[in-house]
This record gives sequence, structure tokens and C-alpha cells, in this order.
Amino acid sequence: MAELSEQAEFSGQAGLSGQAGLSGQAGLSGQAGLAGPAAGSRLLDGLRAYRLIAGMWIRSTMAYRASFVMTTFGNFVSSGLDFVAILLMFSRVDALGGYPLPEIALLYGLSNAAFGLADLAIGSMDRLGRRVRDGTLDILLVRPAPVLAQVAADRFALRRLGRVIQGSLVLGWALTRLDVDWTPLKLLLMPVTVVSGCGIFCAVFVAGAAFQFWAQDASEVQNAFTYGGTTLLQYPPTVFGKELVRGVTFILPLAFVNWLPALYVLGRPYPLDLPRWTAFTPPLVAVVCCALAGAAWRVGLRSYRSTGN
Amino acid sequence: MGAGRLYAAVAAGGFRRYATYRTATVAGVFTNTVFGLILVYTYLALWDARPHLGGYDPAQAVTYVWLGQAFLAALAIGGGGVEEELMERIRTGDVAIDLYRPVDLQLWWLAADVGRALFQLVGRGVVPFVFGALFFPVSLPVDPLAWVAFLGTVVLAMLVGFGIRFLVALSAFWLMDGTGVLQMARLAGFFCSGMLLPLNVFPGALGEVVRVLPWSSLLQAPADVLLGHADPLGTYAFQGTWAVALLAAGRLVQLAATRRVVVQGG
Repeated sequence: MAELSEQAEFSGQAGLSGQAGLSGQAGLSGQAGLAGPAAGSRLLDGLRAYRLIAGMWIRSTMAYRASFVMTTFGNFVSSGLDFVAILLMFSRVDALGGYPLPEIALLYGLSNAAFGLADLAIGSMDRLGRRVRDGTLDILLVRPAPVLAQVAADRFALRRLGRVIQGSLVLGWALTRLDVDWTPLKLLLMPVTVVSGCGIFCAVFVAGAAFQFWAQDASEVQNAFTYGGTTLLQYPPTVFGKELVRGVTFILPLAFVNWLPALYVLGRPYPLDLPRWTAFTPPLVAVVCCALAGAAWRVGLRSYRSTGN
Repeated sequence: MGAGRLYAAVAAGGFRRYATYRTATVAGVFTNTVFGLILVYTYLALWDARPHLGGYDPAQAVTYVWLGQAFLAALAIGGGGVEEELMERIRTGDVAIDLYRPVDLQLWWLAADVGRALFQLVGRGVVPFVFGALFFPVSLPVDPLAWVAFLGTVVLAMLVGFGIRFLVALSAFWLMDGTGVLQMARLAGFFCSGMLLPLNVFPGALGEVVRVLPWSSLLQAPADVLLGHADPLGTYAFQGTWAVALLAAGRLVQLAATRRVVVQGG
């Protein structure tokens, strides 16, 4: 299903790239240049560049408003197809892996909202391989703004709000249907989970992009972890084999995106006999993942050799 | 005779063209295998809750998953066939060059797509399928004749798949920008082919409707023959009817397009 949504998104804006690319360059170099290379303000610099480039892409998207509405709706529908599959499953069964529909919907909503936000923010990073191959990454290197911010905001696609909206709707529905004894702590855990989950998926996107400095044509591998990851997390851990669960807990810590906090809220047993307090670790895990991904990015960028054109 | 060799050469070209990108192929194999793994576990949970769902046993459901992963790229169920290139040629006007070549437009692109599909089937489809068969309980026929019958359904599935996507591509003569149509085609492909969930699991009337639509020729029909769930001859008749109908419709639309539509570009 990864391929479905990703390819659909790429073909959308071919016509825009020419014009928008030019205007973006002008706006960026003009303003980011003023910020200067003040030491310690790299993060602010990056955020500022990101905001400028993303804003430019939003303006260019809004030039074709009808197209924007349609592609956002398309994004909403293609993202919802997974949930339709779950609904079809539940037309034949009452529980999957021991979980009834509202509980699966909670997992699904948290997973899709977190992934949708990450995809919206930096989902275009899987285009990096293409930029390395055709040499257009060189243009980004000579601009006075952090390369990571430029690559992350490249072709910022506001239509990806479709997935965020779809995930949030399912999450909202799940929250009204669940039979849970809500405490302030559990309520607070929900937004914290979505934000940390977004951070973990962002780290996966950045690490995947860093990997593409070496494996230029292999951008599809990333889909296995991003789109594959969010699909995996839509189902409870009881469904999957122990080795797979171990892998997504200790090697690629996707379990912290939604499984552990959701299982805490539902009062269900954790996979692999993890202690109860691990439900509150996702923000920490997200920070560590982002730091590791950032380090991988720097190594990747340093090893970059231009194709020479 | 000469024409046959020409189209064979076009098909061989399509095969070689996709075979060039080896890293991308390996990446695709990896991704299909990971998605297959995730789907297998969810299907096993589903069949655990409801054994014999849709008439399949768990091993048959697992086989179905890996067959789907093997077919996804080959039959371009989620897009990615030659239709995108043809659409782009229509949009830019390059299709005029295709039209004044002394070859048939539909057969040319059919040959190119068959070449592509054959490579995707061998290069991207076989490895995930073998992986699935090695690490999970699958249900495969031992009779070589059953495999031959299955291969027949695969060929027809390729024709039906192209028939649908050629019509999608020709819509660009009227619409110019094919983004929306491609997106609709992909959603329909995923939902109606059984890629999302086997069609025999769909409830009630919905299940009956999707089973007579052309997309069921792509995955459900070959799977049912491989799993010994359907009679090959009846399946051939069903797929063949759709292939002829879609290719004939494609021919009519092509005639209408080349007669009435002004080609873009200058």
C-alpha cells in the first residue's frame, strides 16, 4: 500500500516544479542570507529556511486550488483504504488478535496521525536519491541554509493533510467508543504519543534519506519502514510473531510510536513483558532516535560525491 | 511475420529497460517482502478468529498474500506500468510521433507493457514468493498441469491489466492532466483486485459485485486457480471476456481520440 499513496503523490505536481523552484531560490537566498552564520543558531536557521521553503510550496500549491482540494481528498481516501480493509475484516469477525474494533481503531488512529504528521513535515525526503543521481543536490549545497532543512521542505505537500485528518477522525471515533476509565494522565498521554510518534517517524525518514547517499536507487527500501511501519502499528502486537515484535521494539523502536502508550491506556499486557513505565518513554525514545538519525545524516552528507554535472 | 518480430523486439526492449535498474529491483523485492510479512500475520490472525473464512484455510490465505506481493508490480495493480509514460506523451504531444510510426499504437504499448510485466514478475515477484513459501506454511499444487493452468491465468491477467490501464492512459487525450484518473485507477485497482483483502472475504452483495468486475481477473482469479479453488476453463472464459472487451474498448477510444482530438504541442 505504500506504493499506492507515494506514487500518487509524486505525479501530482510535475508542472509546478519549474516555476516554483525558481521563486523559491530567490526568496530563500535573499532572506536566509541575512540571518548570517551566527554560531549556535543553526537550528533556528534551519527552521527558518524550512518555513520559507515550505511556505513557498504552499503558495505554489494554492495557485491551483481545485487541484489541491482534489489531491487532498485523494490522499484522505487512499489513506483510509487500510481502515476500510479493517472494517471489512470486522464484518466477518468480532476481534483480531483478541482486540475488538474500537481498540484496533485507537492503534490505527494513533499510528496514522503520528505518521501523517511526519509525512506532511518531511515526507518528501525520499526524493533525495533522485537529487543525488541527477546532481541537483549540488544546488542545495551552495545555498546559505542547512541542507537538511532544504531537503525536508523540498516539494512540501500540504495535500498530505489528508492522511492526518483521516487518522485523527479514526482516533476521535475510537476515543468516543472505548470503554476506558480515563484519568488525566491517560488523557495527557494521547497528544504526547502522537507528537513523539511523529518524532520517531521523522527520524526514520531522515535515516532513510541518509542511507540514500550510498544506495541512490534504493529509495523504495525506505517505504518498508515508513509505510510498512505505520501499517504494522495499525494492528496489535499479539498479531505478529515474537521475532518481528522484538525487532520493532529494540532495533527499530516503532513499538514506542503507539503500541506501548495505547496498551497502557487500554490496560492490556505489554509485548515481551516490558515494564509498565515504558509507556511514558516515547518522548525520550523520539529524542534519541532523532539524534541518531541526525548523526547518520551528517555522515551521509559528508560522504557525498557529486555526479559532476 | 515481420510485425510479430517487431512487437517481440518492443517487448524485449521493455524487459531490458526495467532490468537495468538492479538496485531499485532489489529495493522493491525487500519492500514487497516486508509488506508480505505484515499482511501474512494480519491474515493469520483473521483466519485464527474465523477458520475457513471465504473457503480458504490458513495456508491458502498465506499463499494468497505472497501471490499478491508477487503480482503487485508485475500487473501494476497500484500503478507504475507504461500508462504513466503514455499519458505524459499525450500531454506533451509526443504521442504524435507514436501515431505516425508504421505500427499500431495499442499493440506497441501492449508489447512494451508485457515486457515490463515479465521482468517485474521474474525480477521482483519470484523472490518474495519463494521467501514466503520457505518461511510460512503455504498451499501449492504438486501437479505440474495445475501450474501450467495457473500460468495461463497470469498471461490473461496481464492482458486485462493492460486493457484497464490503456483506457486510463487514453483519458489524457481529453483531460490532459491525468493525476486524478491515475489516483482513482490505483484505488480501484487495490480495492477491487483483492490486493487489500481477498474478494471472497468481502461481505454479501459487495463481494458478489467486486467478483464480476474486471479487476478480479488480476489477483483473485489466478489465486483461485493456483489454490484449486476454481475451474481453470471457467476462469479463462471470464478473464478472456474481460480482456477482449477492454482491448476492444481501448481500440474504439483510440480511434475516437486520433480522429477528433487535436494533438498538443508544436
